[in-house]
Amino acid sequence: MGKIVLNAVRKSFGEVDVIPGVDLTIEDGEFVVFVGPSGCGKSTLLRLIAGLEDTTSGAIVIDGADATALPPAKRGLAMVFQSYALYPHMTVRKNIMFPLKMAGMEIGEATRRADAAAKVLNLTAYMERRPGQLSGGQRQRVAIGRAIVREPAAFLFDEPLSNLDAALRVNMRQEITELHQSLKTTMIYVTHDQVEAMTMADKIVVLNAGRIEQVGSPLALYNNPGNTFVAGFIGSPKMNLIEGPEAAALGATTIGVRPEHLSVVSEGGWEGVVGLSEHLGSDTFLKVTTDRVGTINVRAGGEVILRPGDRVHLAPQPGKIHRFGADGKAMT
Amino acid sequence: MARAVSTRRKVFYTAAAWSVALLIFFPVFWTILTSFKTEASAVASPPQLFSADWTLDNYAEVWGRSDYPRFFWNSVVISVGSTLLGLIIAIPAAWSMAFVPGNRTKDLLMWMLSTKMMPAAAVLIPMYLIFQRTGLFDTRTGLVLALMLMNLPVIVWMLYTYFKEIPSEILEAARMDGASLGKEIIYVLTPMAIPGIASTMLLNIILAWNEAFWTITLTTVNAAPLSAFIASFSAPQGLFYAKLSAASTMAIAPILILGWFSQKQLVRGLTFGAVK
Amino acid sequence: MATQSSRAAARLMVAPSVIVLFIWMIVPLAMTIWFSFRLYRLLSPERTGWVGFRNYSWFFNSPDFWLAISNTLLLVGGVLAITIVLGVLIALLIDLPVWGQGPLRILVISPFFVMPPVAASIWENLFMHPQNGMFASFAQGLGMKPILFMESYPMSSVIFIVSWEWLPFATLILLTALQSLSSEQLEAAEMDGASAISRFRYIVLPHMTRAITVVILIQTIFLLGIFGEIFTTTQGGPGSASTTLPYMIYKQAVIAKDIGRAAAGGIIAVILANIVAYFLMRSMGKNLDA
Repeated sequence: MGKIVLNAVRKSFGEVDVIPGVDLTIEDGEFVVFVGPSGCGKSTLLRLIAGLEDTTSGAIVIDGADATALPPAKRGLAMVFQSYALYPHMTVRKNIMFPLKMAGMEIGEATRRADAAAKVLNLTAYMERRPGQLSGGQRQRVAIGRAIVREPAAFLFDEPLSNLDAALRVNMRQEITELHQSLKTTMIYVTHDQVEAMTMADKIVVLNAGRIEQVGSPLALYNNPGNTFVAGFIGSPKMNLIEGPEAAALGATTIGVRPEHLSVVSEGGWEGVVGLSEHLGSDTFLKVTTDRVGTINVRAGGEVILRPGDRVHLAPQPGKIHRFGADGKAMT
Repeated sequence: MARAVSTRRKVFYTAAAWSVALLIFFPVFWTILTSFKTEASAVASPPQLFSADWTLDNYAEVWGRSDYPRFFWNSVVISVGSTLLGLIIAIPAAWSMAFVPGNRTKDLLMWMLSTKMMPAAAVLIPMYLIFQRTGLFDTRTGLVLALMLMNLPVIVWMLYTYFKEIPSEILEAARMDGASLGKEIIYVLTPMAIPGIASTMLLNIILAWNEAFWTITLTTVNAAPLSAFIASFSAPQGLFYAKLSAASTMAIAPILILGWFSQKQLVRGLTFGAVK
Repeated sequence: MATQSSRAAARLMVAPSVIVLFIWMIVPLAMTIWFSFRLYRLLSPERTGWVGFRNYSWFFNSPDFWLAISNTLLLVGGVLAITIVLGVLIALLIDLPVWGQGPLRILVISPFFVMPPVAASIWENLFMHPQNGMFASFAQGLGMKPILFMESYPMSSVIFIVSWEWLPFATLILLTALQSLSSEQLEAAEMDGASAISRFRYIVLPHMTRAITVVILIQTIFLLGIFGEIFTTTQGGPGSASTTLPYMIYKQAVIAKDIGRAAAGGIIAVILANIVAYFLMRSMGKNLDA
């Protein structure tokens, strides 16, 4: 079981409120991703849940019991760190068995569990090696193995893929998702990469300056961003946010159009000059300087062949324009 | 990438470097050499490098005249004992400073180091009286305590610099894995810091071995280590150069050999972690 | 970056070190302050009593005192200057591409392992002795009069011996620093047209600042208390020519057996050491921040 509830959790370092107050409910079995720019407090929030930091005020409730004052070891949570934090002087086997040893588990049972975890994670051949002799991906798996043997109420991941190269990152992303599907244990995953958030999460929590900007499923956030921050953060390439007369014409302070929701048309729309054109084969990314809405990014199909200096007309697809008020919030 | 250098240049550099190094080492070499000469060839002029009459008599006589094994054993007990005791007290302190640093950590370290600046001669009389009163005078226990306290700031500082290089995430992982503070230090921190602890240990054994103020002033016979042994062997008449050299060699040889073998670890330790 | 419970544990674990060091510092210090205001002579134990600042004024009025202060500063400053300048030069030399760098380091580090009384007696007897020392033999061989090192140049001789002992420390720390300098930086400077001297001046030397700081800090701590070398060689003489403050205190305590005056000298030494420490820590603390 792993239902985690945060009630008005606040954290300040001296005078600085890093987290001014967060309310959040994470259901048992959910895969929740905390995402936001660096310094937004997402890692701090995770460490508060882990018990590695004290909460200044508020309560953390795990499975109905108040865990706010419990030390990390007593919370029944396992954590995978950004640097993996493997014990370099222990073999893979000893690393995986360490939490069981600390819990005083009998050695036979501990070995059995470690072997089982190793099998799931394809580590059986490496059990007697030390972390220094493993590749980045293997180390990552050992860190996960160390977490799963404890059968925790929830897994906490702190940017676990940021030290891997791009290809491996995609692989590990899929492995963690599959692991979640087979274990069905609550996972809380911190990342600054919105692609990871979109692909892995059941529920995304977008954080900015210690506050929750929006909580929702990936598609809900994509389709209906609650404010300009979420609009700009979720989705790649970034949404074009346009202010001025074009926005005012629609009764908004800011309007947003995603690059993929702009079409290249023969006439009408916003006219402009292509500044940069990147042909990826499947897609063409354009940077267009327009007369009416400034410089905007466009994601066109791969068949669109344009060169810098070409003049184009761009039209937003109907119903795909997001409107935001003076306070930055979405207008309905 | 080191740049390729012509062989002729390398020969020149090598000759220069070796000349300087041999010059620095020469007094030690000359002492060892003299210890194997007869007293007559020891003071021969011009100095004899190889044509002397070689003998082991000096060692035999020094060995016979004083209880070398006792001095030696006292040195071992005092230097190793004070270092181990210091480590036991310093490891938790260094853990605290490295992993739970506060605003005052730096000040605390500086204060610790500043206690070493107090001239020993200044507090000689009080120390003497305290040692007499508490029955620690001329005991190995007393010297172990005194040298431990003298070197504790250095031990704390060195360990602190080593511990700071260990990522705190690993200790947090241990905490998440259910390790108590004690287990975290015993199973995770200490094994990871073994190289650092080893060089700290070596340097402090050497410092304690070579300490020559408290070891001389706070002992008479029973607890006197090799520093006192050598102090009793002054040869102002110049007639006993060979024996003086033999005694000197016997006093420095153990630590010289230890130092040579652990030279790599030592140098790292010596820099107080301040030079990578 | 820690919880309250770990902060509490940290205080608890740092406590033993702080407490024992505090006791080690404060008890002898308090006793020394007490004695410094007392009449306390081992040769006339029946006469005791308070003497106010008379022990202190004896020190300040003694001509030896100012000599001792200047000798102490000369010793610290002289050894620091010699070891750092030579240390930099030797480190640069060893860092060149040479054969046998390992054995070289072993040779250079050796004096560090020699205990101070041994080092002093080797130099005094085997080398600097006016009849039988090696230097005297050389002088005779060249038809010159042997130099009376300990009589004519006592401070210089002590500084020389202490410098020999501390040269390995300085050299090896500076060498370690030198070896951590990336050769790309030097090559970039060479591409920019910097000469060997300006490469040293603008790249190598700044890179070694931190190491030099460490050398100054650590050596000063040890040099302020130098005792054994003087005790073994000149005994502070001739006269008071090579008496440093620690040695002057020692003479008052052990030879004159005037505990009161020795204590007053001790307190003066502690105050001086603290002044030096204060300036040292202030100017170096920043440099040492990791």
